[in-house]
Formats: sequence, C-alpha cells, structure tokens
Amino acid sequence: MAESILALTESRQSRGSSTHLREHRADAPVDLPTRSRVVVEGLTALFGATAAVKNVSMTLLDRRVTAIIGPSGCGKSTFLRCLNRMHETVGTASVRGKVLLDGHDIYGQKTNPAAVRRHVGMVFQRPTPFPTMSIRENVAAGLRVARHDDAVRGTVEEIVEKALRRASLWDEVKDRLDTSAVGMSGGQQQRLCIARALATEPDVLLLDEPTASLDPLSTQKVEELVWELRADIAVVIVTHNMQQAARVSDFTAFFLHGEMVEFSPTAEIFTNPLDPRTEAYITGRFG
Amino acid sequence: MVGMADSEPSSKCEVTKRHDPPMTSLPNGGPSKRQRETASRTRKTLRRRRATNAFMVGVLALSAVLATIPLILILYHLLKSGLSSVNVDFFTNTPKPPGETGGGMYNAIVGTLMLVAMASVIGMPVGIGAGLYLAERKGTKLANTVRFLADVLNGLPSIVMGIFAWEFLVKPIGHFSALAGAAALAAMMVPMVTRTTEEMVSLVPTSLREAALALGYSRARTAMTVVLRTATAGIVTGALVAVARIAGETAPLLFTALGNQFTSYALNKPIAALPLQIFNYAVSPYDDWHAQAWAGALVLIALVLIISLAARAATRGRIDLGAD
Amino acid sequence: MSQSTPPGRSDEAQSLPQPFDHGIEAAALRGGAIVDRVYDAAITFFALCVPLLLLLLIFEVGKAGWPAFQKFGIGFLFSSEWDPVNLKFGAAPAIFGTIVSSIIALILATPLALGVAIYVAEFAPPWLRQPVGFLVDLLAAIPSVVYGLWGVFVLVPVLREHVMPFLRDTLHLGGTPLFSGPAYGPSMLAAGVVLAIMVLPYISSVAREVLLAVPRSQREAALALGATRWEAIRGAVLPFAKSGIIGGIILGLGRALGETMAVTMVIGNRHELAASLFAPGYTIASLIANEFAEASNEMHLSALMAVGFVLFAITLLVNAVARWLVWQTASQARSAK
Repeated sequence: MAESILALTESRQSRGSSTHLREHRADAPVDLPTRSRVVVEGLTALFGATAAVKNVSMTLLDRRVTAIIGPSGCGKSTFLRCLNRMHETVGTASVRGKVLLDGHDIYGQKTNPAAVRRHVGMVFQRPTPFPTMSIRENVAAGLRVARHDDAVRGTVEEIVEKALRRASLWDEVKDRLDTSAVGMSGGQQQRLCIARALATEPDVLLLDEPTASLDPLSTQKVEELVWELRADIAVVIVTHNMQQAARVSDFTAFFLHGEMVEFSPTAEIFTNPLDPRTEAYITGRFG
Repeated sequence: MVGMADSEPSSKCEVTKRHDPPMTSLPNGGPSKRQRETASRTRKTLRRRRATNAFMVGVLALSAVLATIPLILILYHLLKSGLSSVNVDFFTNTPKPPGETGGGMYNAIVGTLMLVAMASVIGMPVGIGAGLYLAERKGTKLANTVRFLADVLNGLPSIVMGIFAWEFLVKPIGHFSALAGAAALAAMMVPMVTRTTEEMVSLVPTSLREAALALGYSRARTAMTVVLRTATAGIVTGALVAVARIAGETAPLLFTALGNQFTSYALNKPIAALPLQIFNYAVSPYDDWHAQAWAGALVLIALVLIISLAARAATRGRIDLGAD
Repeated sequence: MSQSTPPGRSDEAQSLPQPFDHGIEAAALRGGAIVDRVYDAAITFFALCVPLLLLLLIFEVGKAGWPAFQKFGIGFLFSSEWDPVNLKFGAAPAIFGTIVSSIIALILATPLALGVAIYVAEFAPPWLRQPVGFLVDLLAAIPSVVYGLWGVFVLVPVLREHVMPFLRDTLHLGGTPLFSGPAYGPSMLAAGVVLAIMVLPYISSVAREVLLAVPRSQREAALALGATRWEAIRGAVLPFAKSGIIGGIILGLGRALGETMAVTMVIGNRHELAASLFAPGYTIASLIANEFAEASNEMHLSALMAVGFVLFAITLLVNAVARWLVWQTASQARSAK
C-alpha cells in the first residue's frame, strides 16, 4: 500500500511540496497495530429540517489518518463536527444516529459534550489562538479542564513544552512563551492551535481544513505533523485539496451532497475508484 | 437629424440606425445642431446643479458649526462662573447655611460616588448577564423581545424610574434612602449595559468560541474566560458610558435619595448627590449658592467627561456617547 | 455504494487491547455540566429581568396613580383645573405643555441635527468627521441639571432681553398669538430651546448611523447617472434612510417629552393653557418634579403619579414606534447589501 501511495504522490508532484514528504513516508512505520476507535452508525446531521449529512456509517481506525474529501457544501465539515459534538453548538442544528468512541455512544443520554471534546480534539480552518492569552497560556488552555490525571503527566511546564515540540513549534517560540499569540504568523498560529489540542492528549484529532488559510511552506509543516501524529492517535482530516488527502492519509472518504459515496484506502480511491462519481471528482470533472 | 430614440422598431431601421450616428459626427462635419444644443443645455443646468451642490454643502457645514456652538457656550460659561469657586474647601467642606459664605460639596461628592458605585454593583451584573444572553441566544423569540424592550426602556424618561423606585421602595419602607436612589439608577443602567454588552460580545468571532468548546470547555467557562475576556474593552466602554449617564441624573433622586445637607454614609438614610445639590442651589435665591451651583456643575461635568473620555480610550475609534 | 469499514483491514482491528472506559458518561454529572446549567439559568434570569423590570414599572407607576385615575376618570386628561387645596386635579395643561415644548424642540433641532448628520456622514473631510461627531455627541453626555443651570442663568436672560423683543417687535410677530404678551424669561420658548439643544445629539447620532448604513451601491448608482453629490444624497440616500431618520426624530421626541430637570428650571412652572410661547407653563415631568416635595396630601401625590403614568404611556408608545422604524431601516439595508 505504501508503494501505491508513493506512486500516486509521484504522479501528482506538479504541486511541488511532496518530495520531502515522500522520504518521511518511507521512514514512517506504516504497519502500526490498529483497532477501530470511532464507529459511526447511520449518522444524519440536520440544520433545522435540512439534512447536511445523510445516513453515514464508517469506522475510523486508531493510528491511521482518515481524509474526508468532497466539493464544498458536501457536508464533510459538518460530519467532522458531529464527531466531537460541535455540530449541535449551532442554533438549530441536531443529530440523529450513533457515534461510538471506543464503544461508548458520545450522543448517549448521560454523556457530557464537554467531556467528549476532551477526548476528541479539533483544529479549525482558521487559526484561533485566544487573543487575550500568551503562547504558554494558549497551549495550557485546555489543561485545567482536562482529565484528572494531569498530575501524572507532569507539570504544566512540561506538558506545554511537550505539546509545542510535537507541533514542531518549540524551537520557534521557546524564547517568547509569555508574549501574545496574536503576533505569530498564520502557520505558527495554526501549529499553536494543534499544540493546544495535543496538550490534553486527545484520542482522536479532528482537523477541519487545517491548511486552507496557510502558505505552501506552513502547509507542508502541518502535513508532516499530521503524519507524525499518526504514530499515536487517530486523525481525521477534512480537506478540499485532493493532493493533500493523497499525501497524508491512509483512508479516504468521498462525500457528495451529504452522502458518503466511497470509503476506501487512499491508494485505491485515487487509483481505482469504485464509484463513477468519485472518479469524476478526483479527475477534476466537477467541484 | 433624427436621434436613435426616435427610430422605429423595424429591422430596416436597425440597419439605418447603425449607420446613422457616425454620419452626424463626421470629422469634418463637426457636432450636429442637436448635439450642440444638448451640450449647451447640459452646461447650463450643470452650472446650476453645481451651484446647488455647493450651496447645500455650505448649509450643511454651517449647521455642523451651529450644532457645536451650544457645547462651546456651555463649557465657556461653566468655566467662567464655576472655576473661581472650585477650591480645596469645595471638595472638603459641607454646605454652610444660607448667608454664610464658603462651604463645599463634600457631602454631595461622596453621595454621588456612593450612589453610582451601588447602582453599578446592582445594575452591571444584570446588564452584562442579559447582554450575554442576547448574544448567545441570538434570533430566539425571547432574545428578540428582550432586545426590543431594553431599547424601549433605554428611551424612557428617568423621572419614571424615580416614581417607580419611590412606589416600590420608599413608600413601603417609609423613608427616603440611598439604597432606593441606587435602585432607581441601577434600573436605568440595566438596559444600557445590556445592549452594549450584547454588541461587544457579538463582535467576538464564533471561531474563538468554538475553539474553546472544542478544547472541552463548558459553555460557562467559554463565556467567562474567552468571550467576556476578549470583549472586555468594549464592555468596559459600555459600562463607563452608562456610569457617566447615571452620575448626572437628578430626576430619579428627587423621589429616592432626596438629598442631605450633611455627610451621610448610611445606606438607609437620605443621601446628598451632586446633581441634586446643583439643582437645589440653582433654584435658591442666594448668589453665593448660585456660585456653588456653577462650581458643582463644573465638577460634575469634569467627572462625566473624564469617564466618557476614559470610555472612548478603552475602545479607540468608537464614539458612543449618544443614543446608542 | 458506501462501505462502512475499509476493506482488507478487519483482521488488524483485533490486534490491540479492548476499548477502555473514558468516563465521558461519568463526567456528565460533574463539574462542567452543573456549571453550564447554573450559567444558563443565570443568563436567562438576567435576561428575564429586563421584561420583568418593565412590567414592574408599569405595575408600580400605575399603582401609584390609581387613586387619582379612580377618582377623576378619563376627565383627568382633559380638565385644566389643578387645585391642591380643594383636591381637584386635571392634567390638560401639563400634557399640553409637554407636547408644545417638544414640538418647538423638534422644529429647532431637526434641521440642524440632520444637517450635521449628513455633513459628517457624506461631506466632511475624514480628519473632521470624528471630532465633529464627537463634539455633537458630547452634548448628550452633559447632565440635564447642567443644561438647566445654564438655561436659568444664561439662556433665559438672553431670550428675555434680546430674542423675545426681537421676535415680537422687530419682526412684528407680536400680532400673532404665539409671540404676544409680556416677555417673561422662563417660558415655553425657553423650555423648547433648551430641549432642542438636548435632543440634537440623539437625532443626529441616529441619523448619522442610519446614513452610514445605506449601502454604497445606492450612492454609486446615482452618481453613475451623472448626479452631483447633493443630488445623489437627496435622490438616493435620503429616501433609503427615510424611515430610520424619522425613527431618530421620534427617538428625540421621546427624550424631549420626558426631560425633567432642565425644563423644570426654565419653563416657569405655571398651570395655564397659554397660547403665547413667551408665557410660562408646565410639562408633565416638570410638574411632578416641582410639586412632589410639597405634596403632602395622598390624592395630590397620586395625581402627580397619575400624570407620571400618562407620560410613561406616551413615551413607551413613542419609543416603540421609533425603535421599530430604526430597526426596519437596518434590516432593509442588510437585505440590500
């Protein structure tokens, strides 16, 4: 499978930035043991009476990156927001169906959405550092509300450093941890947001078009980061950029008009799509 | 020569039309008579229209000048008549009986500060809470109703608040009190703070709120540590504008705080207030009290302007002293 | 066509330990959820305080005036008798004075306020916009009692010595009932002038905001047709902003109707239905403010509160209409964008 992805990346090298990633991929342990982490069963997401996501079922694996692609308005972001109960924070939104995190229904009667979000982290399209907090406070922002075993994982200081290192931001900011996060570049801000999400050690990380507002260099850094995170957790990335999906993911789901059309290993979906609509989309015939 | 508008809508005319205009403006033929007439008419009306434009700009600029004159006059008279009586005594002494010169408004200054502080303590939490509700539940029926009613309350005469507080607090308790005054002022503050808080909280991007929620923050924590903290400057401005307005209120206090010639720190007794004292002195027959009234007005306006300017500084660029 | 599990991976899925309990359910009853419930309850309570306050206002002010309404009935509004000794009360002069002084204020203030608003929103060079807007807005920050003080000692003498004789004798308006009679200083005219200065910033700030909310496209469409800037404003901008501007004027009216201290200090406080603007009068607010302290009889007090309720009802209505108009322009502007 690694081979076929390599072949695919090579064939799409016109965008330029993938050479580096290819080496990365070659080093990365592609056959880490895995198991199902999130099981989605018949998920329908509504805004008022309009369904944005229709009856989607899929399984997300641990230590794998799953990409969700599709034209804008296809419901891919909405689907992502259902996985940590962010969807319901919008006025008239509601959800039907089941999402099981390690066998526990996150939409269960007794489940607290805030608790769910501590285990399923999220990074948004636009960087969202808290403007009133310093870099350090931003990274630590989720800590005080996170799991009660914080103490076991070390001091805040250590956690902040670890998170920033994982987000490969440590060397750039270690000398100005107490300055405002607003002064950073867009790419740095986005990596700060990833560090902030990692500091609470989530089991699943959701990325909603994380590189849409970044320049190519920052994009590459974030992509490398995603591939490194794969060693520990399940990552779901929504992207409108098919090359990105091909570069960073193990599995790819194609959404259209709120429905999941196809869900296959990335190499297969890009080389040998089963559905003609998928083929039409990835060959650029629409969207 | 026939203009384009006169041509008949037949296909033959279409053809003619296409050839017609170039004919009228051949290089050596010059503009047609009709074109020359139109041009001269345009020039003439344009001259008139331009004159009208210039005249109106002048009238508008003049009205801008006229509108600022009252402010300048009032400030000038305040300084001229009040400055001489503003001295150390004014800030440290209590009023002397009529006929005796000297004395000050220490009691009134203390009273005003106490009334405003109490009103803020009562009114601000309610206003900020209601404003948060309006911003967080935007579009719901209750939110729309509350917003509308807050606007209506904002426009109600302050004397109505005084009557309300008198009937609600003074009459049942049996005597005038500082607390009743503070309650009347707080009732005025609530709708003002509600609306400015709502506006400021609405300016906080949804993405920030979502980022906090996605970290596992409860909605309450999100509101307190992210939303309110980001909107702090704006909310402070709104609160200061409200404070500036209630600090100068007199009418509600006539029915509640009543006024006091002596310094009082008791919450359940009548208390002096700067605007009340100014009113009482202004309508008195004594020249010395008139001078004190001017001095009091100067101090009051200095207080109000300082608060207003502080509010302006808190959020640079937004002027919001007027009717929201 | 959709496959719920990616093919060829199911065997691997079994190779890790079984799922563990995250406690996302146990957490439901702890910390966050309870805080959230308290938070929801708190902001809902605070929001409900606003309508509650209004209801309480209506109830309490109505209660205070109830004895007088009961005794005098609807005639209370039309009787011009005000006799605290024999306990005969009628609100007509005060209502009349309230309306007349407010109308004078609007007549004087509206053109000026609109002039400033249009100038600041459309013509003023950028460096002048903020200062002029700020200076006019500052007028709204001056306390009522300061206007009163200035009115008593500066404005009233000027009106008595110069303006009133000028209107009556120099302009020969003395023949009309409006400008006849002796020139008292404190008068309906004085109240109107002070009120005009006081409502000016309210009208102009609303008008300015409404004008600034008019979409650029409206202006540009007119300019593209060859209109001068004034023509664009008169033909395209003002019609668009009309209901909002009217809303602003009515908002100013609401302020003028209920203004208390400044009016009390310059209107002369006399129960009289006089046609002349030079004669003293009463407004509802000044009547209450002036007589409250000396009213010892229950019925006298109740009569004052009843007039207060009338003022309350009028301003409530006026404000509701004004808000509705301003709101309508705003939503119209949003839909045009």
